[in-house]
Amino acid sequence: MSERSGAPLLEVHDLVKHFPIRSGFLGRARGRLRAVDGVSLEVRRGESVALVGESGCGKSTTARLILGLLRPTAGRVIFDGQDTGQLDRAGLMRFRRRAQIIFQDPYGSLNPSLTVGAALREALQVHGLARGRAAGRRVAELLEAVGLHADDAGKYPHEFSGGQRQRIGVARALAVEPEFVVADEPVSALDVSVQAQVLNLLADLRERFRLTYLFITHDLSVVRLLADRDAVMYLARVVKLGDCEPLFESPRHPYTRALLSAVPAVDAETRRQRIALAGEVANPAAPPPGCAFHPRCPHPAKDDLCRRVAPALEGGAACHHES
Amino acid sequence: MSAPVLQVNDLRTYFHTADGPVRAVDGVSFSLERGATLGIVGESGCGKSITCLSILRLIDRPGRVEPGSSIRLGDWELLELSEAEMRGVRGNEISMIFQEPMTSLNPVWTIGDQIVEAVRLHRGFGRAAARRRAAEMLGLVGIPKPAARLDDYPHEFSGGMRQRAMIAMALACDPDVLLADEPTTALDVTIQAEILDLLAELQNRLGMAIVFVSHDLGVIAQIADRVIVMYAGQIVEQGATARLFARPRHPYTEGLLRSIPRVTGKVSRLTTIPGGVPSARRWPAGCRFHPRCPYAWERCRAAAPALLGTDRASRCWLEEEPLRRHESGEAAR
Repeated sequence: MSERSGAPLLEVHDLVKHFPIRSGFLGRARGRLRAVDGVSLEVRRGESVALVGESGCGKSTTARLILGLLRPTAGRVIFDGQDTGQLDRAGLMRFRRRAQIIFQDPYGSLNPSLTVGAALREALQVHGLARGRAAGRRVAELLEAVGLHADDAGKYPHEFSGGQRQRIGVARALAVEPEFVVADEPVSALDVSVQAQVLNLLADLRERFRLTYLFITHDLSVVRLLADRDAVMYLARVVKLGDCEPLFESPRHPYTRALLSAVPAVDAETRRQRIALAGEVANPAAPPPGCAFHPRCPHPAKDDLCRRVAPALEGGAACHHES
Repeated sequence: MSAPVLQVNDLRTYFHTADGPVRAVDGVSFSLERGATLGIVGESGCGKSITCLSILRLIDRPGRVEPGSSIRLGDWELLELSEAEMRGVRGNEISMIFQEPMTSLNPVWTIGDQIVEAVRLHRGFGRAAARRRAAEMLGLVGIPKPAARLDDYPHEFSGGMRQRAMIAMALACDPDVLLADEPTTALDVTIQAEILDLLAELQNRLGMAIVFVSHDLGVIAQIADRVIVMYAGQIVEQGATARLFARPRHPYTEGLLRSIPRVTGKVSRLTTIPGGVPSARRWPAGCRFHPRCPYAWERCRAAAPALLGTDRASRCWLEEEPLRRHESGEAAR
């Protein structure tokens, strides 16, 4: 378990991101797409939190807002007690060193014309962490920390396999000695046998460098392996927040129940009775009134309240009938 | 037991490049009965997709299905058909669906017209009858108000609906065999579950045989009656689904099953298979899995094992020397 009593390293308050929907020659906005609509959560120092949901739920946008890669429409992100929206240039630079990201597609995030060593040295230089000989030693150290060899520094990204490239992505994130790492679907693009190696690596590095993680994933089995707590998102909002174990042992929110039941299991004994959901995820440009999940919700107690009033996130589940 | 509808025997598909042959599929054999589902599971580069494309004879140069390979559909040897005859087989007797529906849906044609074209071409339906058939198929795959959706373009459908439309198109001519290559991999888990249910239900109703290719062991466990595990262009293990997953015999299958994270039960570390998938340009000598195998001994480096066994088979010398498994068991754990 992590240091549960630890102070929050990250606090997110009522984060909102609306994108204008433009059309026509002049590109006038004719509506708003609510990608993130009032997300609040906190990540304590040393903790691993998963942000879970299906495509389009707003989990990746939330991650980008947290790292300041997108500007929020409203809401605040507090990192180590400081509002990241109020930072000056130097403060922002410091924040960008302390908070790093690992992307899903390692190839798309590596510069193909730079050797791995040059890419890592660049990160060290930008943040004034090491130069010359010291930078060379640091690069070797980083490559070995992620399970590669020191002499891999002279190779180009295309000379590596998918799993090795993801290790390079991890090394680059670690190069600047961050405290907080966002991992956005870090193993989704990898082969099954290689996924396990990278997941173990991430678990080891967390211990070794006392990292705080925010995992963005659609895969509940990854959540169970790596996270202490999780936030489940549905249509731009958090519908479940809290410790992970209840999600797997006794899920309460009807969406998380359905999500868990849909995971295909290898062993026949543990295969669950699947809970079917009606229809498809609603359009975030025109979310349904009331609880955003109500048009698909299989809950037997579903009533008029669900259709009119959006439930608050109380007791870990945003549901009128399960909080 | 009914006669097999599809019989693949010693299928070898090589790509003849300047650097020598790439043996992408290297001696794959299986047979499939009407109404049955065969799962092919493996990682990228193992040859599972090339196997499907070879069955449809969609391999382009420098690739080639090698002489001596055989693909029998009922009484026909597909490898002996002319290209014109083969066009009558594709989309008619054998259909294929893909991971990305937009690869098989034409973006500038309406959904209805694409199905209409297929049934007019293969089944000689008139326009009106073909349109009725198209609406019937869209209804069958669970698209609401099918007649009204016929005139929509693919981009007007959501991801899950496009996958349904592609299935409707693939099944419109009532094929004997449906080849499904990772058809649910790009979908969300709740939509994936719906598509898997839909395929099982359609199979019950229409009786086609399905070859279902996936890297996802859970998906294969759910949909297949029998499973083939592929590694480095070859079948390394085969058997009935439940038994194969409950008691894997090949060290690769065993390693794969141990390395997947589960939603049932909390663990803090996964058991891994060391190394990575080898390149098809140069398969390892001896057993192709030996560099990653926890049990490997001299024999594995020196000689390649055959697929030992029949109904339940494993391409591994452990089949002949089972005691080795326990001797090196400590090292494996």
